[in-house]
Amino acid sequence: MAIYTKEEARQIMEKALSFSTADACEINLSGSESGNIRYARNTVSTAGHRSNQTLVVQSNFGKKSGTATIDEFDDASLEKVVKRAEELAKLSPENPEFMDPMGPQLYDESITYSKETANITPEYRASVASNSIAPAVANDITAAGFFDDSSGFRAMLNSNGLFAYNRATNMNFTVTMRSNDGTGSGWVSRDFNDVSKFDAAKASKVAIDKAILSKKAKAIEPGKYTVILEPAASVGLLRNMARAFNARTADEGRSFMSKEGGGTKMGEKIVDERVTIWSDPLHPEVPTRTWNGQGQPLKKTTWIENGKVKNLAYDRYWAKQKKVAAVPSPNGFIMKGGDASLDDLIKDTKKGILVTRLWYIRTVDPQTLLYTGLTRDGTFYIENGQIKYPVKNFRFNESPIIMLNNLETLGKQVRVNGNLIPYMKVRDFTFTSLSDAV
Amino acid sequence: MKRRDFVKYAGLGSGALMMPSLLLGNEIPVETLLHPGMDVAVKKSLADIALNTAKTMGASYADARIGRYLNQYVFTREDKVQNVVNTESFGIGIRVIANGTWGFASTNNVTEKGIKKATEQAIAIAKANSKIQKVPVKLAPVQSHGEVTWKTPIKKDFKEVPVSEKVDLLLSANAAALKNGANFVNSALFMVNEQKYFASTDGSYIDQDVHRIWPTFTVTAIDRASNKFKSRQAMSAPMGMGYEYMDGLASEKLQGPEGLSLYRNSYDIIEDATMAAKQAKERLSAKSVEAGKYDLVLEPNHLGLTIHESVGHPLELDRVLGYEANFAGTSFATLDKWKSKDFKYGSDIVNLVADKTQIGSLGAVGYDDEGVKTKKWDLVRNGILTNYQAIRDQVHMIDQKESHGCCYSQSWNDVQFQRMPNVSLEPGKEKYTINDMIKDVEKGIYIAGRGSYSIDQQRYNFQFGGTVFYEIKNGKIVGMLDDVAYQSNTQEFWNSCSKICDESDYRLFGSFFDGKGQPSQVSAVSHGSSTTRFNGVNVINTGRNI
Repeated sequence: MAIYTKEEARQIMEKALSFSTADACEINLSGSESGNIRYARNTVSTAGHRSNQTLVVQSNFGKKSGTATIDEFDDASLEKVVKRAEELAKLSPENPEFMDPMGPQLYDESITYSKETANITPEYRASVASNSIAPAVANDITAAGFFDDSSGFRAMLNSNGLFAYNRATNMNFTVTMRSNDGTGSGWVSRDFNDVSKFDAAKASKVAIDKAILSKKAKAIEPGKYTVILEPAASVGLLRNMARAFNARTADEGRSFMSKEGGGTKMGEKIVDERVTIWSDPLHPEVPTRTWNGQGQPLKKTTWIENGKVKNLAYDRYWAKQKKVAAVPSPNGFIMKGGDASLDDLIKDTKKGILVTRLWYIRTVDPQTLLYTGLTRDGTFYIENGQIKYPVKNFRFNESPIIMLNNLETLGKQVRVNGNLIPYMKVRDFTFTSLSDAV
Repeated sequence: MKRRDFVKYAGLGSGALMMPSLLLGNEIPVETLLHPGMDVAVKKSLADIALNTAKTMGASYADARIGRYLNQYVFTREDKVQNVVNTESFGIGIRVIANGTWGFASTNNVTEKGIKKATEQAIAIAKANSKIQKVPVKLAPVQSHGEVTWKTPIKKDFKEVPVSEKVDLLLSANAAALKNGANFVNSALFMVNEQKYFASTDGSYIDQDVHRIWPTFTVTAIDRASNKFKSRQAMSAPMGMGYEYMDGLASEKLQGPEGLSLYRNSYDIIEDATMAAKQAKERLSAKSVEAGKYDLVLEPNHLGLTIHESVGHPLELDRVLGYEANFAGTSFATLDKWKSKDFKYGSDIVNLVADKTQIGSLGAVGYDDEGVKTKKWDLVRNGILTNYQAIRDQVHMIDQKESHGCCYSQSWNDVQFQRMPNVSLEPGKEKYTINDMIKDVEKGIYIAGRGSYSIDQQRYNFQFGGTVFYEIKNGKIVGMLDDVAYQSNTQEFWNSCSKICDESDYRLFGSFFDGKGQPSQVSAVSHGSSTTRFNGVNVINTGRNI
């Protein structure tokens, strides 16, 4: 069993630390059990199980550091790994950006663990595949899907007295349903910390319905369209935008967040005033651990408030250089939504395109946060408040900054890839060419 | 290792070096890299424990892969070493067929007890899944090779080159870039050694020692007054070579247009960093392209990525059949097109070959990860689609008897599956230089180096950027362009191929971290070509004002 309790983890790490003779020492201990099942062509293709446990020691002499790792935790092994880290530290070049380990911190108790997820069996995973494949077969559809789950812990202890521990479980599910005539495709994704919130058959039905509805798509001219973006469609662009919230690259002049003539866009309005984005490790729908790899506590942090840049992330080194408090990067983000359901948004649209997801998103110009990619697995033309017919996929070239400036309506929030994102209606979204891909 | 961990190791800001994910093991002292690892006779006896356990438990087939994966990565920025990472990952992966169904399990506990337990897990998974398996796995026969070995033919083992020498080289390249006008430079050196042992119930015991290297950098020039920044990536290629790739031999250099140096089997990082700084600065004031149709002259270190996305991926048989439908997607190159024997993938001069044996390439090995001897085969001949890339459990689906030998796993910890071999465009038969490609172009663009890339899930519609762009007018290069991306359809694009340089211009492009599968695995693959021209391709302007 690779999952240690808080006390078991602390004992192993304290033992390791007792062997340290360095100026500073930091121990990280982690372990996980994970399993997965993959299916395609309406049958299981691969499945596997992994078990991992690792102890990492970082020793420091002045600004020199050395790191060593081990997966056996008897006293002799622990002593060996600490000595090895110290030898390496003495031999390594100085890192001028090295920061001394932090002292004790207060962390919130995380809500990332679910017993149900930790107890998933190979039989349960097989049933997920079966509950997805059976309705596909009944509807003349071919299913290809993937389910994976993990249960693990991470702990940290250093010579300045900092101790942190977290236990977490996760599950992710995606399935692509393709009509057997090759003209329709639907997709769905679900992710939870607690598997009891997950229903494979219900999720699969969403993708099957889209596969049927998207059959025999018509080609319409590319151009600027009002779009309704499902949360799975906007998440990629928003996540890319979130990466630009970095103070150092902004200060250095090589980021969208850099300001003309010097400085950053902190405090400036960059998007529609209805846009507010924050992170919150204790949000019940999208919890994350409450500390990061440097041992910094993760707290509720607002990144965009009413369209204005509220915070940029500062690592400890850059915060010291700029004489400000460090602001750790988040593990996921939450965007404020509205009350409208997807049906409400469609009913309220005179002419537009409903987008299930965007795919193969790549940076075109980091200066303007311009990205390209394609729609996939369910793109529909809306007229006078109704879905009229499926349309062929488009390539887009668009910036999330432009997208959030062209906001029309915010809808209800949905969890996607650990983030909480609303349905959005946006005008003038730029599609630049057509794709024949189904 | 996830991308965020890579960013942590590299100490990089977002976007400085983009890659899907990469493999990492436990951190080790540098001298441990030089340990010879487990004796081959011990590996054989341990592998036999897995094979015998599997057979006793009713498996109809089993293979065991004992892998020791050594990595050394060096990261620097400007005048600082950010990190030197040495890692080792060691363990065993066991794959079985029981009740006609695959099962896989792995462990880093490479002892009799650990191996037996992992084998039992693999069998249990196969049996659990066999209840919903409709068609049993069918393997193409493979020859028993007995006890054999293979090694990448390297001249300098990276493990024997002192870290200080590597650090000095990167810092010298950084200094050259800064001296020539760069504001920032991030550089990195990735070095990989896979020591992998394969054994199967078909009677093969294969010991291989595989080496790869990738030096790379991003140089950035900034104009704070106008709030503009432009970057230029390295013109290096990741290679299946030893540290000798860093020698910078003059004999392996080619002269491109506008003083651009291009590199074949030896890379001069200091010269390239110098040029990169000048070109990044020049891009700050380069002319923004006018959208429209252009003849494109594509340099091999650019064209390689287009080959990768528009030929390599769509001709993977697992994609064609739907096994990758939920992640990377399927393919436009369907079986009916292949069976017709007249599907025009490209113009008559387009010949695309798959090759797992090419010396210096990232994909070169003696045997694949299911014990099949590697080979070279045609994918597109005289413009016609002729074959796919397939492994043992797939070839019967295209009525072929023999695996193509392109099965791969990124580590002992992951199950092996079909991965792209090197896929390359054969050089032209006529004697043409780079200048011959340019001199009869009225309105065109010369594009060198890798840039932005995106393609749909069936590989029809793509968009590519590049590293540097030069405008061609009436047969001559007239200056640098910016904001260039081209959009096309795979079949249209390859059918617009009008002229290919001869083999004197042939070079390899490489992808060090190509992602595929769920859970996602990386693999490394090369794509060779000579400078090639494509007529009348749609170019868009990517500049925006915000």
